[in-house]
Amino acid sequence: MSIQSATPRPTFWKTVGIVAKREIVVRCLSKSFLISTIITMAIFLVLMVFAPQLGKLMMGDSTVAASGQVATALQKIPDLKVKEVADDAAAKELAASGEVTAAVVADASNPTGMKILVEKDLPSSLINALSVTPEVEILNPDAPHPGILYMLRLGFGMVWMMAAITFGMSIAQSVVEEKQTRIVEILVASVSSKALLTGKIIGNSIAAMVQIVLIIATVVLGATINGDIIPLDQLAGPIAWFAILFLFGFVMVASLYAAAAALASRTEDLNNTVQPLIWLVMLPYFGVIFAGTNQVAMQVMALFPLTSAVAVPIRIFQGDSPVWEPFAAMAILIATTAAVIVLAGKVYDGGLLQTGKPMKWREALKAEA
Amino acid sequence: MISVQNVHRFFGDKHVLKDVSFDIKPGLMTGFVGGNGAGKTTTMRIILGVLAANDGQVLVDGTPITADQRAAFGYMPEERGLYPKMKVIDQLVYLAELHGTPAAEAKRYGLELLERLGLKGKPTDTLESLSLGNQQRAQIAAALVHRPGALILDEPFSGLDPDAVDATVQVLRDVAATGAPVLFSSHQLDVVERLCDELVLIGNGEIRAKGTRSQLLALDTSNDWELQMEADTGWVRDLGVTVIEFDGGYVRFQTFDETTANRILAEAMTRGVVTKFGRVTRTLHEIYKEMSK
Repeated sequence: MSIQSATPRPTFWKTVGIVAKREIVVRCLSKSFLISTIITMAIFLVLMVFAPQLGKLMMGDSTVAASGQVATALQKIPDLKVKEVADDAAAKELAASGEVTAAVVADASNPTGMKILVEKDLPSSLINALSVTPEVEILNPDAPHPGILYMLRLGFGMVWMMAAITFGMSIAQSVVEEKQTRIVEILVASVSSKALLTGKIIGNSIAAMVQIVLIIATVVLGATINGDIIPLDQLAGPIAWFAILFLFGFVMVASLYAAAAALASRTEDLNNTVQPLIWLVMLPYFGVIFAGTNQVAMQVMALFPLTSAVAVPIRIFQGDSPVWEPFAAMAILIATTAAVIVLAGKVYDGGLLQTGKPMKWREALKAEA
Repeated sequence: MISVQNVHRFFGDKHVLKDVSFDIKPGLMTGFVGGNGAGKTTTMRIILGVLAANDGQVLVDGTPITADQRAAFGYMPEERGLYPKMKVIDQLVYLAELHGTPAAEAKRYGLELLERLGLKGKPTDTLESLSLGNQQRAQIAAALVHRPGALILDEPFSGLDPDAVDATVQVLRDVAATGAPVLFSSHQLDVVERLCDELVLIGNGEIRAKGTRSQLLALDTSNDWELQMEADTGWVRDLGVTVIEFDGGYVRFQTFDETTANRILAEAMTRGVVTKFGRVTRTLHEIYKEMSK
């Protein structure tokens, strides 16, 4: 062979590694990555640390004025400050002036024997405290707290959607940047398009996982701070499954984004070609928000590859998930991801060197160099 | 030696390369000249494998080119492209690594190339912060940084000032001196004529001529002769040749027979002092203009 460069051509996986390394460096040092990571971490820290304490903070302030026997009765209620006054008239006066949240006076006509006088707002916590409630027996003390469940749906859905859109877009931009600047011609002259695509997907997936792990660490930190309110041991399983399914799901989404980007020749056309994908990655978010209480819908979503990353962890947390379900979801997801990668590879290859107006998926599949 | 052999390419119904064949010899600089849309870029992309030929093939020493051989090429595409927001030296290292060059070696040679090419600015500047001429230098360095075994450069000199052209040529000659075939395209014939060892002229998708400069000039055998003398030359008309141009002491005539031309010279010398006589040679520029039509 008379034509050879000074060094032998790197192997497929060496090439993949070089491409992936560049993607990671470029991605992790980019402003958008740093900012979105910090903002997301901050939101989760606030949600995990302060939200559960919010109720406590609001309750703390209520003071009621009462006299005589009523005052004695009220003092038995925990978390309630009682200001003892001479008579009911004095209590009423304090309530009217706003000095106390409410005045409680004796009222023989009411089964509780009391009457609440307030300036304007109805103090629901006080009503609850004074109400006569039937005896309650908690049948399943381990059942998830509905508030935490809602937060979890929101959290998993949001992390999935944000990470998929952010990193999907960044892989798309990286593809179209190479097309637009034409460096892709230099690249494909020496490197196979498969190695290029694989490196991009791996690099961006690693960058995405870094972000996810940071967010999960924040959640765990928040849960540790609020150990008594948020059941960390119950969250461990769902979070682990989320991370695993997210990884495969993200690889699938990333390859779709890369393929969609290869259809465009300019950044301006990118929104156009990735639009259908944005709907796809928003699916799990809206799915668990709107159909989160529907068992059948949740089971379907747990097995459907685009939504499983979000639906499976929630079902595990709720205790609705049979043992086989996460594994079945993972198997379906991996199979789908493999098929999508093959398809995306073809579209990417077909679209990579085409210029001009955005191509259709079908055109790129049929295209040849 | 790289040989392009009977290559055809269609874009839809348009036949943009028609039976294109030529050789790029090792150790030589081959200039690829043609007007806009003549087929230079398409041919180069086919050599690189970025585009496929509809018919015909690219050979290296007589056997079809392999992916490994293509990977050893240095390529500078017509539409320039490097990463705008990446540091120049980082991109050179990245591209060299993709060709198998270790990062440290790539960095050292990359810096050397940038200096030799006269990059104004720091190698750690991002590409987009450089002027166009300096971006062009970075682009040339990108094609060379992995010490390629062959070079295919599309319009490498466009946008460079004369000093940069000289510096670039020197660097390219060094690559050629290692025995690498070098092909570069240009639509500026004067640059190509000065720099290259061999020329390939393409017009409208067809190879019009190829060879060294003197071969091309010799190929263009003209049957025009011209005579300049101190006396009137009107008499040439009566000697059985076609007069193309006549202006007192100057005449341009056409004859297919050198003996006839010599008879006219002898006649002229009897009539006065001859100041100029000879076959009319056209410049490469004139040949190119006619051929690229």
